[in-house]
Amino acid sequence: MNIVNAQNIKKSYFQGKMQVHALRGMSVLVDQSEFMALAGPSGSGKTTMLNIIGGIDSPDSGTIVVDNNDYADMKQSQLADLRLKKIGFVFQAYNLIPVLSAQENVEYIMLLQGVAASERKEKAIAILDDVGLEGKYNRRPSELSGGQQQRVAVARAIVSNPAIVLADEPTANLDSKTGESLLDMMKKMNQEKNVTFIFSTHDNMVMDYAKRIVKLKDGQIEEDIVKEK
Amino acid sequence: MSTDIKMALRNLFRSPVRTMLTLSAIAFASLILVFMLSFQLGSYEAMVNSSVKIHTGHFQVQAKGYNEKQNMRFAISLPNDIAEKLDKIKKIQAYTFRANGFSLVSSKNRTRGILVTGIDPEREAWVSTIKTLVRKGEYLDAKDRDKALIGSLLAKHLKVSVNDELTILGQGKDGSIAAGVVTIKGIFSSGIDEFDRASIQIPLNYFNDVFYMQGSVHEIVCTAESLYDVKKITQELADDLQKDQKGRDIVVLDWKELVPGLVQGIKLDLVSAIIFYIILIVVVAFSILNTFLMAILERTKEFGVMLALGVKPSRLLKLVLMESAFMTLAGVVIGGGAGALLTLWFMTHGINLAGASEILKEYGMSGVVYPKLSLISALAGPGAVLLITLCAALYPALKVKKLVPAVAIKSA
Repeated sequence: MNIVNAQNIKKSYFQGKMQVHALRGMSVLVDQSEFMALAGPSGSGKTTMLNIIGGIDSPDSGTIVVDNNDYADMKQSQLADLRLKKIGFVFQAYNLIPVLSAQENVEYIMLLQGVAASERKEKAIAILDDVGLEGKYNRRPSELSGGQQQRVAVARAIVSNPAIVLADEPTANLDSKTGESLLDMMKKMNQEKNVTFIFSTHDNMVMDYAKRIVKLKDGQIEEDIVKEK
Repeated sequence: MSTDIKMALRNLFRSPVRTMLTLSAIAFASLILVFMLSFQLGSYEAMVNSSVKIHTGHFQVQAKGYNEKQNMRFAISLPNDIAEKLDKIKKIQAYTFRANGFSLVSSKNRTRGILVTGIDPEREAWVSTIKTLVRKGEYLDAKDRDKALIGSLLAKHLKVSVNDELTILGQGKDGSIAAGVVTIKGIFSSGIDEFDRASIQIPLNYFNDVFYMQGSVHEIVCTAESLYDVKKITQELADDLQKDQKGRDIVVLDWKELVPGLVQGIKLDLVSAIIFYIILIVVVAFSILNTFLMAILERTKEFGVMLALGVKPSRLLKLVLMESAFMTLAGVVIGGGAGALLTLWFMTHGINLAGASEILKEYGMSGVVYPKLSLISALAGPGAVLLITLCAALYPALKVKKLVPAVAIKSA
């Protein structure tokens, strides 16, 4: 079953006075529980594609359907709801909410979903334990290392069992050991909880972990590699 | 505590210096507004009380048309009947009778046309402060007949002093010639030049004989326990005193109708003060606007991330407005509270305005002014600051609502 169905996506934007064609009619199908990487050099369109899949940017043309939701028919508030319930985000720069502790950051998504306080706390602590942050629940992002922050970000992304996690160069700011441990953790989530992961990356280690690599070049798919199981 | 409130409070402390500076600006503006407004209202009340207690009283009962035409024949025939009604109203502090006649008043060297007023010396002392303003000689007493009190500037103009004689020549109520000679018993100086230049007071019984008043008077001058009681009393009296026993229409005029110049002066002063207050509030509003624009520009990426996570724009708007509201409320409460405390202190100790004593004298006030803290003076200024600063925070907050998550996340 396709969790993502993107057809003929085009997107351009202006950099100063110059028009940049980020995506030139890209189409991709992603199955549920895939562990996939959008790879390519800077400017190839991988982050733009990830943003469009996540509904935080809109294509100039083309159709995008995520978990049977056609974005063309949806208002901003409906997209926000979809992101809240179905999509988890992991960013290159972690992007935790700085005034909330690790536990509060993880709980925040559940709070928005209307989960009861006791359940929020229980789930947040359990998932922080899962990502190896036992006892660091009350630390603010500024009191955590880059790797720890990214673990919190992953915990935040998967705590409410989203259908899909979009990770934009999640290992770019981490050392290789921390990056590897984070990828191990995400792979485990993928295998145990059937969460679909789509990465944008140019990190070889991420590509090694990915079961499928979609290589982009100048806003188009250059190669779609599915590794043998 | 809800997570939104917690986040709003914590966000305020992310830039403690900036928050403190903005909060201080709000607090300072609130303090100034509470104190200045209390000072102004206090000085207006003192101004009105001082001014009306020299001459007009808080309100007067007159025959209809007398105030406009000052016609001698527009008199209250049986003042004691009205006095009985006044006695029954508890909030009336005191009242007195007066009769007036335009006359030529001559000394040995000079003559001047002025208003001669007949007063009841004993009752007058309860209503007006003239007794305390006598600088030379003495105040009139109940037994005096052909004695007079005159204003210091009039005495100077007529070149007379205590014990000198003045000839009064006017027209009696019945149209006959009214003439008499009085000896100056005292010279008063109220500080109000217009009053000191054209006032002469003689005993009411003597005035009654000279001007053939037949017991009638032109004014029943009253003071209330408080300026704030005046409106209620005058309404009550106006309903009760429609006509006197001889069928003449009776009116009750309050100080605003009796001294319109004073009301205009207060209005003018208030308008200029309000312009100053508005400028102050606008400056604070711009400070708030600047602070929040900065805060939102700095946090654009964070807002983008929150939107990406599924936070609805309306919730972000609420968060930003809460931050603004908390800071403004804190500033207003601290500043308003400090302003109220400062005002309370000066309410007891007074503010010595020695440098402005000449101006204050014009209104019959001493050099010490006591501010007056009231619900209006305590809440109006801080309330306006709260409202305007919240409106100022609305513009940056609305910018948050328009953010495109992907663009916002890319911002530095």
